[in-house]
Amino acid sequence: MKQKLISNIIKPVIFIWLLVITGAVSAQTDIDGLMMEKNAFCVGPMAGYSSWKNYWEGTLKRDNANLGTVSATQFSIMGNYGLTNKLNILFGLPYIKTKASAGQLKGQKGLQDLALWVKWKAYSEKIGSGRLSLFLIGGYSLPVSDYTADFLPLSIGLESKNLSVRGMADYQRGSWFATVSGTYVRRSNIKIDRDAYYTTEMHYSNEVEMPDMAAFNFRSGYRDKGLIAEATADNMTTLGGFDITRNNMPFPSNKMSVTRIGFNFKYDMPFHPNLSLTGNAFTTVAGRNMGQSSGFNAGIFYVLDFSKKERKNSSNPKN
Amino acid sequence: MKKLHISIIFAVSVLFYSCSKDITETNLEYPVLDPASQDLNAGTWRPILLTGPAEFSVPAPISTTSPDYIIQLNEIKSYQANITSKERKIVNYWGAGAVLRWNEILRELVALHNLPPYQNPDGTYPVPSPNNPLAYPQFPFANPPYAARAYAYVAAAQYDALVATWHYKTLFNRSAPYNVDQSLNTLLPKSNIPSYPSEDAALIGVTTELLKLLFPGDQEFIQQKAEEHKKARILSGANVRSDLEAGEALGRSIAQKYITRARGDRAGAAVGTPAQWAQLENDCIARGEAPWMSLESPKRPPMLPLFGRVRTFLFDSLTMVTSIRPPAPPSTSSQQFKDETNEVLYYSQNPTTERMKIVHFWADGVSTFTPPGHWNLIAANDFVKQRFSEVRWARNMALLNMSLMDAAIACWDAKFVYYNPRPSQADPRIKTLTGLPNFPSYISGHSTFSGAAARILGHIIRSRANDYDNMANEASISRLYGAIHYRSDCEQGLITGRKIGDYAIARARTDGAE
Repeated sequence: MKQKLISNIIKPVIFIWLLVITGAVSAQTDIDGLMMEKNAFCVGPMAGYSSWKNYWEGTLKRDNANLGTVSATQFSIMGNYGLTNKLNILFGLPYIKTKASAGQLKGQKGLQDLALWVKWKAYSEKIGSGRLSLFLIGGYSLPVSDYTADFLPLSIGLESKNLSVRGMADYQRGSWFATVSGTYVRRSNIKIDRDAYYTTEMHYSNEVEMPDMAAFNFRSGYRDKGLIAEATADNMTTLGGFDITRNNMPFPSNKMSVTRIGFNFKYDMPFHPNLSLTGNAFTTVAGRNMGQSSGFNAGIFYVLDFSKKERKNSSNPKN
Repeated sequence: MKKLHISIIFAVSVLFYSCSKDITETNLEYPVLDPASQDLNAGTWRPILLTGPAEFSVPAPISTTSPDYIIQLNEIKSYQANITSKERKIVNYWGAGAVLRWNEILRELVALHNLPPYQNPDGTYPVPSPNNPLAYPQFPFANPPYAARAYAYVAAAQYDALVATWHYKTLFNRSAPYNVDQSLNTLLPKSNIPSYPSEDAALIGVTTELLKLLFPGDQEFIQQKAEEHKKARILSGANVRSDLEAGEALGRSIAQKYITRARGDRAGAAVGTPAQWAQLENDCIARGEAPWMSLESPKRPPMLPLFGRVRTFLFDSLTMVTSIRPPAPPSTSSQQFKDETNEVLYYSQNPTTERMKIVHFWADGVSTFTPPGHWNLIAANDFVKQRFSEVRWARNMALLNMSLMDAAIACWDAKFVYYNPRPSQADPRIKTLTGLPNFPSYISGHSTFSGAAARILGHIIRSRANDYDNMANEASISRLYGAIHYRSDCEQGLITGRKIGDYAIARARTDGAE
């Protein structure tokens, strides 16, 4: 199953106040069952917007008239290069701008975290009338600007360096498919601009212990020449951390979790198959110590072929 | 290719588990206290509220040759016989200094309680009640004025308790158990200072009594710390049981004197009434100035508007009005006010990484130990290096914290006498880089606290005076960088704070400790 598609669905689901999680879980094609062919490079810009009015203070859902609606606008560049047909390298780099519609706090902006992935298609066989593929994906992300994590909920990121490992299975039968994946994210501690802070007890350090995270993703839908349309569901949970106390502000090492559902599509331009449009929308159905965000993203991607041999229709997907 | 895959997997797994996430906490790195001087004359130092060091009596101790004393020595031995590594840690933790550790505990309680109450459904705000401290909103809301007062009462009472303790130590001159029985293990540095009554226990007695008043919902936590502290003293071989009992009783008695003062210092009425809140606004309008308004939604009454009337420690209320209260701020209709507002707007719209770091380092907002707590941390980190005796630790912490409390009172006096609006009220384009406090702008609390603290600390440790001044200046300007204060607020705050620090220096020069 060689795909030289802009493999799908760039889904940089950026939610304010948990951006880092997203960095590792959802940029370009690190979470779908498609690969770039050897020497092909797919690259393009994405823009997105997400916002929330309600958030979970611990498990208590509330709004906050001193924040109003908190939004994040993001622009990113993403790419995917086929080292071989079975080994791809991917990257993503978002610029984020946050804003609160009420209250006095000033929104933040800046380049967030550069994320890199190595995606390996380890197995692919016909099983029954469909095809099963197994993937192993390793990721790393790190901040590329000196933004402030300790200014939630308006921070543009959480500043930790994240190392992630993901196992993923994809099954396609005809034009229909399902993909499931599980990810473990090792997060580094972060340094904040203070010499003491309170979590559930006092800490005399500028270093904050960040709990690791687990994430699950399920996606299913239609995938064929020129068009992908899929529904998604995912969950991300920190493995530790503490709840925001009553009427307190969030803190980077809070216990955070979120469950979202969404829809993605990718459409190859008939007049120029190397060019494609992608978009997604999502909403949050459950969470803890996070905003209940909804949002959308859109992007345009182009495939450059660096392979030496001449091929026609090189950008068409092949199943 | 396969090899590459395997190496990648291997490298990833090593990275995953190689680095520990444990963090080093600076307060757990403090060395055990081995005082440079025992300050054996401290019984003659001038107390703060006590009429003299012997105002509360302490019974004469039993002799070190009596059978009861031998029993108490055996208690130490039985504790030490089964000592665990965890217990050794506890001995060393408390061995770093008892004034230090109780100051930390107080900072922790302040941070826990420094949360503004959530509004009622009708848009009013509930007020925490000391009579029902565990109901929401929990008592207290340990905001900066409340915290400054708590630090001051605890520190001043600790100082008086240790002056009295030192008086009785030299009076009775009973040796420490490790000097009585040379075979006893001693887990802390030995000294020749008499051990009856125990200074650690005096601190336990005086501090727990005051903390029960100030943090009535946290008594279990406080009691646990007290029990652990006492156990550490027995385990270490530094005190017998009767040293502790005498010290704790003395501390408790002295606490009562401070509790009586606290109940009558007018802090309990500092929240004010709706009629008083309206009066402040109307008075300001009558002077022809634009009055402060809450920018919170729903509008929150100002924080402790009558705190400026609380009884000060270092000077009287007349002195505060005549010698300390700053001049009126620039009129809200003046060109200077417009210029200063524009300057705040500039900092709001042009944050730099460097300025953001300064804003956040000094912010000490919600859920922190407040600016007075920050200055206590700065002091503690430096005092540890000075190897002060416990009584000198207490004296220096008392001087610092009386300065900080009086700074809070003088600052709140100015805030509510002038009732000056915040920059964001004057120009709604001004968005802030840290939380906007819910009380008038002039003068800056951070600046007043920092000016006072830097002055007295610079007197206590002369070699650091310039550093403290630089820290105070940075703390002060951080509020302009954060776009929540005008330059005048910061400058006048520093000036006012320094005046208060000078009153503390005047006291320090005459208290017998220098």
